[in-house]
Amino acid sequence: MPSFSGTQLTCLRGDRLVFSHLSFSLDSGEALILTGRNGSGKTSLLRLMAGLARPWQGDLRFNGQAIAEDMELHRQRLRYVGHAEAIKPVLTASENLAVWAHLADAGRSDAGRLGAVDPAARAHAALDWFGIGHLADVPCQVLSAGQRRRVGLARLLVTPAPLWLLDEPTTALDRTAVGLLNQVIADHRARGGLVVLSTHADWPIPNGIALSLDDFAGLGPIVVDGDDDEAGANDAPGEVGTDHDGAGGAPPQAQARVDPEHRP
Amino acid sequence: MIAFLRLVRRDLRLAFRQGSDATTALVFFVLTVVIFPFGVGPEPNILARIAPGILWVAALLAALLSLDRLFQADQDDGSLDQLALSGPPLEIVVLAKAAAHWLMSGLPLIVAAPVLAVLLQMRDGFDTLLLSLLAGTPLLSLIGTIGAALTLGARRGGVLISLLILPLYIPVLIFGAGAIDVALAGLSPRPHLLFLAGMLAAALPLAPVAAAAALRQALE
Repeated sequence: MPSFSGTQLTCLRGDRLVFSHLSFSLDSGEALILTGRNGSGKTSLLRLMAGLARPWQGDLRFNGQAIAEDMELHRQRLRYVGHAEAIKPVLTASENLAVWAHLADAGRSDAGRLGAVDPAARAHAALDWFGIGHLADVPCQVLSAGQRRRVGLARLLVTPAPLWLLDEPTTALDRTAVGLLNQVIADHRARGGLVVLSTHADWPIPNGIALSLDDFAGLGPIVVDGDDDEAGANDAPGEVGTDHDGAGGAPPQAQARVDPEHRP
Repeated sequence: MIAFLRLVRRDLRLAFRQGSDATTALVFFVLTVVIFPFGVGPEPNILARIAPGILWVAALLAALLSLDRLFQADQDDGSLDQLALSGPPLEIVVLAKAAAHWLMSGLPLIVAAPVLAVLLQMRDGFDTLLLSLLAGTPLLSLIGTIGAALTLGARRGGVLISLLILPLYIPVLIFGAGAIDVALAGLSPRPHLLFLAGMLAAALPLAPVAAAAALRQALE
């Protein structure tokens, strides 16, 4: 039974503390719902979980084993759906999915078993599931934002993996598609899979564990001359909240609002 | 190995679907070389003397032309994240990118080069020209991946990549053009060609490692 946990995670972007002392634990079939204002580090946390970035402090464990020990294994057991759908406009929807399916198969030791079903057929089945089977052979440049999103989400079904990391998956989706996504997530959890997702929308996930990143907010740049920012950065999360209202004053709060998703 | 071939196939398919990308390097190479006689004058002796240099400089600039999009396009639409998370290690991804880049920008040049050499009044040394390009152009693609990975996400990456990569291209240029010069002078170009081959043998494992390390930094 898979389990996924993180302890005392601290995320640093440039010289800015995004969040600190964040811990979570997920067991088989559970879903973690990340909320928080813009720039609170939802995407950063998901990228840490995917192994795309490394935490400044703390560690992430899957089944008790640190993910940094065997990144190749960790990559095989996760599916990440980010803000960008990783769709090439000149390829058709099924070609886009087949590329990722082929690559995932090539990296697996049990490729023979999965390869029994042709990746192209699997791609068609996944697109059918999300209600866009009729668009499978249309170049993606003519698809709408919502349809592209569905293609991106169909990647979850093409090659199974126990851990799903979804970054605001409902963006651009209509009501029907959100219903389908709910169903997919429920099925995945019923099979014992793990889901971590971030959302702004008021989106009910049954028995989801809520985690608000605002509770772990850092206080802007930690290296600032003659300020009490550094003290705030090293504080326990519970105290950070009071710090906001108390000694910190306006400047550190304003700095903490800088968007961490911004990349140069 | 399967993943490597899949990645090369993906890149080639993308290039051919996009149409213009696939022929840009070749068109640039031909146009640059063809323009030279107009500037230097049609004097056969002068053209024959500078032909190796012209061909090699043009090949080098043609390789540079499409480098800044090598990883940037994948970075922009999120594909690079998925490539980093897909089965094969990033080094293999980089190697596949370099191979696809060479197939689109290196191989066509090798085919076109002898024809252009005739145009530049070169009478001899065609085998050396082909061999030097055959060893040299993969080297240009491989070294280019390092620059492309390092400048990923940088504004005006195209200028930056030229500044970073051109110094590394100079040894390739010296030994590539030098091999043909030596052959035209009636000496053996073997040492030059072996040196190029040696550099290729070193870049083949080292460039993907360096570029993959740079990519990991860019992804964080």
